[in-house]
Amino acid sequence: MTTPRISLYRRLFEPAAIDQQALLPRIATYAVLIFWTLVVLFPLYWVLITSFKGELDVSSGPFYLPFIDFHPNLDAWRFMLIDNNTLGPYLNSVVVAVASTLFAVLIGSLAAYALVRIRFKVTLASIGCFLALLAVVVVAVALGTPWPVAAAVAVVLFILFLGTLGRRFKLAIGNNDIEFWMISNRIMPPIVTVLPIYIMFQNMRLLDTQLALIVTYTAVNLPIVVWLTRDFFAGIPIDLEESAEIDGASKFRVFFTIALPLVRSGLVATLLLVLILAWNEYLLALFLSNANAQTMPVLVSAQNTTRGPQWWYMSVLIVIMIAPVVLIAALLQKHIARGLLSGAVKG
Amino acid sequence: MTTEPATASSPRLWEFIDRHAGRFMVLPATLVLLAFSIFPLIISAYLALSRFALAPGGYKITFVGFYNFARLLFGSQQYHLLGTFKAMGPGQWLVIVLTIALVLYWLYRFARDHFTVLGFIGRVISASALCGLIVVVVKTAGTGGVPGTLVTTFFYVIVGVAIQFAIGLGLALLCAQPIRFRNWFRVVFFIPLIVTPVGIAYMFRMLADMQKGPFAPVSRLFGLGEWAWSTDPWTARLMVILGDTWQWTPFIFIVMLAAIENQPRDQIEAARIDGASSWHVFRDITWPSVAPVAATVVLIRLIEAFKIIDLPNVLTAGGPGLATESMTLTAFISWRTQDLGSSAAVGYLLLFAATLTCVSFFSYVVKRARRFQA
Repeated sequence: MTTPRISLYRRLFEPAAIDQQALLPRIATYAVLIFWTLVVLFPLYWVLITSFKGELDVSSGPFYLPFIDFHPNLDAWRFMLIDNNTLGPYLNSVVVAVASTLFAVLIGSLAAYALVRIRFKVTLASIGCFLALLAVVVVAVALGTPWPVAAAVAVVLFILFLGTLGRRFKLAIGNNDIEFWMISNRIMPPIVTVLPIYIMFQNMRLLDTQLALIVTYTAVNLPIVVWLTRDFFAGIPIDLEESAEIDGASKFRVFFTIALPLVRSGLVATLLLVLILAWNEYLLALFLSNANAQTMPVLVSAQNTTRGPQWWYMSVLIVIMIAPVVLIAALLQKHIARGLLSGAVKG
Repeated sequence: MTTEPATASSPRLWEFIDRHAGRFMVLPATLVLLAFSIFPLIISAYLALSRFALAPGGYKITFVGFYNFARLLFGSQQYHLLGTFKAMGPGQWLVIVLTIALVLYWLYRFARDHFTVLGFIGRVISASALCGLIVVVVKTAGTGGVPGTLVTTFFYVIVGVAIQFAIGLGLALLCAQPIRFRNWFRVVFFIPLIVTPVGIAYMFRMLADMQKGPFAPVSRLFGLGEWAWSTDPWTARLMVILGDTWQWTPFIFIVMLAAIENQPRDQIEAARIDGASSWHVFRDITWPSVAPVAATVVLIRLIEAFKIIDLPNVLTAGGPGLATESMTLTAFISWRTQDLGSSAAVGYLLLFAATLTCVSFFSYVVKRARRFQA
């Protein structure tokens, strides 16, 4: 016989055609993928069925299949939704997440657009002057000067500086540096900034309000919006905007009527991503909200002490907390993934 | 002139706004970031250098210099941040000497091949930070002492991100093959990324319940029915990493999958026809083309990993003892006990650690990976 001898390894593991897999690797591939599917779905499944269990179903050992080894009931749902005040925190979560997302995307995309289309020059001297004045104000306030006075004096001094001395310095930073500064704020762990923010809101008597959370979330998510949207704006052709400007449209008009609609899909991706981040946020809400503005993650984590082992109640809370985001993720996975990708692939 | 000033100034105002449109567009973002990032950062620095005490009718802040940092790094709180040290044996000394030797060799090679002053200073800083970290890890975890929250945080960051990267890349490679149900797998694998971390923590507590959880029969089979993972420091830490991995593997997966799908197809086919094995194709074609994305994705993950608090706080409440406490959680606990000074100091140390790690990773790995492609 003249057929070449093929080793056992090649027969088992090498594909017959280039675009096809041999049998054994294919089985292994599916086995691994199905295993990970189970890893992903089983915890979610377990929470879902636990929310329909009663105390007895949980305490007398693990039951896996509703209607077969235990009888699902709605007691926990009734208790958490009607008897217990879950609706308040839920509404807080919705309001805070939606409002902060809208603000962050609006402010962030405006800045990103300007940074893509308009050249900026900020002299290093003015930044230095600003920081120096800020430090002086902080020290002055700490020493007892009333803060409106200190702030007003500082603003006047800063404008004076810009108008006079500031013009003499030429060393400046450009768009890339401003962009980098905005994005690099994301590296900062929120724990560093949250203490002063807490004191600030305490002094303004805004602690434990939705407003405080909305403003803070906006600031925290702003770098991501700038980072993602700047690429979408850079990707659209400039001609349309230019012709609109020749026709006499203002820059703001061009932004809202031409640029924004053109980056629609990217904007949706950013919006969803930021919405999910705001919905899941925990640390800031822990510091800034107490009873009135409590969000869902804080409510859920506070159950730790009050009903640690009462898993059926906990499960209801978890299900209603994660259901919206899981649904968004499952239905709009492509959009969100695009948001993630444009960030990571570009770097 | 009979024109009213109001109607005359209004167009002029709009003209002014339009002429400076760029500034007005950037202004809101800049103000928000200044007010909620830069300004708090400065105040936080001041807090970290002072002692905060409640006083009748408010609070009192006294400037104490580096007292908070000294207490955390060398004084009474050292056991909390760095851990409890124990005397080192010859094995531990060997590890430290080896690390220092490797770091010195790395510095020497940089100085010999392409020396720049700034680059050298940066590398000396990274190298000494690395040596310090290794010494702390060896003196606490390596000798049977008790590691502090700094070590725990780095454990979460480094081990967690490494595991997530390995699994995410593996799944992406499998999913990039011509298989059925690809979109289904893609959607399912994506889900954990957006589940609220607090919810994940409770889910894993439920699943890991040795008596009534779904795996109770399995643990009984192995005779572990009475054993609790939450009483042993290392199993508790692994539990936190497990939850973190469940959540963050999808991020690596999604991004790496896209990168792999973008690799040069014709090269792979040519290599296959020439008889290259899958391993060779991966090493010589796939990996070089996805390395820049891989490095970037790990960088993003590193940045976020340092902020971990939800999982340890809810899953184990930082216990047993301090075993699973991350630095953010430490700062939170200090804040709750009205010790704002040391809370801010821990926050600042975390900021230094995170920035140093991420900047080092960026300049030694991400930049090289990008050159690698070019």
